[in-house]
Amino acid sequence: MLKDYFCIICPNGCEITAETENGEILSLSGAKCKRGNEYVKQELIDPRRSIATSVLLLDGELPLVSVRVTNTIPKDQIFQVMEEIKKINLQAPVFSGQVAIENVLGLGSDVIVTKNVARKNV
Amino acid sequence: MSNIEKSVVIIGGGPAGLAAAVELSKKGIEDILIIEREKTLGGILRQCIHDGFGLTRFGETLSGPEYAERFIEEVNKRNIQVITETTVISVTEDKVVTAASKNGLLTWKAKAVILTMGCRERTRGALGIPGERPAGVFTAGVAQAYINLHNTMVGKEVIILGSGDIGMIMARRMTLEGAKVKAVFEIMPYASGLPRNIEQCLNDYNIPLYLSHTVTKIHGKSRLTGVSVSEVDENLRPISGSEKEYTCDTLILSVGLIPENELSLTAGVELDQRTKGAIVDENFKTSTEGIFAAGNVLHVHDLVDFVSLEAENLADAVAVYLQEKSLPACTIGITTSAEIGYTVPQYVSGKKDFNLSMRLRKPLKNISIDIMQDGEVIKSLKLKKAIPAEMIKILINHKLLKSQNNLEVLVKC
Repeated sequence: MLKDYFCIICPNGCEITAETENGEILSLSGAKCKRGNEYVKQELIDPRRSIATSVLLLDGELPLVSVRVTNTIPKDQIFQVMEEIKKINLQAPVFSGQVAIENVLGLGSDVIVTKNVARKNV
Repeated sequence: MSNIEKSVVIIGGGPAGLAAAVELSKKGIEDILIIEREKTLGGILRQCIHDGFGLTRFGETLSGPEYAERFIEEVNKRNIQVITETTVISVTEDKVVTAASKNGLLTWKAKAVILTMGCRERTRGALGIPGERPAGVFTAGVAQAYINLHNTMVGKEVIILGSGDIGMIMARRMTLEGAKVKAVFEIMPYASGLPRNIEQCLNDYNIPLYLSHTVTKIHGKSRLTGVSVSEVDENLRPISGSEKEYTCDTLILSVGLIPENELSLTAGVELDQRTKGAIVDENFKTSTEGIFAAGNVLHVHDLVDFVSLEAENLADAVAVYLQEKSLPACTIGITTSAEIGYTVPQYVSGKKDFNLSMRLRKPLKNISIDIMQDGEVIKSLKLKKAIPAEMIKILINHKLLKSQNNLEVLVKC
């Protein structure tokens, strides 16, 4: 079976054709680098994605602060991770790199703050 | 009103302005000022919370705020002067910069002015979509600011017009926040954004992308209630009888970006009708002496990494300009064949290596882009596939140029 993939690892967006039989890869073509082939192998067994969102910030100069996961998470658990992130809020000031949730849902990925936001002057 | 003297005034503290400032400082230039109209530095990156930035530059994937922070930290470390919440209202040909701030009007006289104002979004008005004028019609960047900066959700049932990258990224963002994104419609027969965004922002969330379709009517009195969508023919005209109604409370427009050059015009900077940005030479010098431009104000980029790089190249030239009081004349023009939308720079000297940036007008396969001078190919780039969404960059060694005659960029299919 032949299937085409668009690699999402980098902006090159290589179009990779995978020839498979019973889930086994027979050949891969079209990737400009080896990360492309790794991406397709991963897609076949366990598709994973990165997500970015925001959490509520208390007493901050902004009402929200942006966060992201440090490692990719299983694609079918994106919405569960979103639910976990929605449960929390943070107290300003916050700093880029600060861990908001450690090892979210035991998936081996932390949720980290991606922006410095100062405390609001009152 | 007395003018404060500055070596360099940088207008806009987004990715281009930040990179230019840091690079100038590295080259030993002091007395730099960045003027930013928002409260904080970072420009559009502040609201681009998704990741994927920095792969080219830092070899790792960062969110927009993290990418900006790397440069902001450097600006702070180098004690580069920054003034925020201050809007530049005019730049003159003799490089007097006037700005409005909470403390009234401020003016500076600079030896060099760097234009890094970025770009703005095309709006509904520019498209002239017929229908009512209800609330609920947003450009993608405005929706992104509401959701990512102001904690305000824009709607529940969403249609997106245009397949620009920001529109697709907002399709994913709104889906994650619980909205139902029904479809993305694109008038062209191909997507205008990157394939990776079609994959990870639309396909991942089962959001259909309809090519050769456009919104032909907007419905709703106070709030949007729906849109009519038609298929278009090869001349992009709606096909009668193909119209379908979609209910929605939100229409997001991701239909193009326009370099923000109102200030450039006050300084007499000549613009290129193709890029809507300044006409520049290999030093990013505009038609006005001592005024330079880079980043999205010059031409709309696909990746911020290339914006930073371009601004650094600009800064290197500005450093030479300040130290030597002039730059070599650039009289070699660059013409293109019909498949190419534009090139930047538009002029070169033939004495310095340069990066030629360009975009194709439509997707092409198995092409060769030939740079010609005096009827001979001096450089050639072969591409298996090329799309308008991706900027093409070709580094050209000046030794390849044998005369002062114009260069021609040709596409061979």
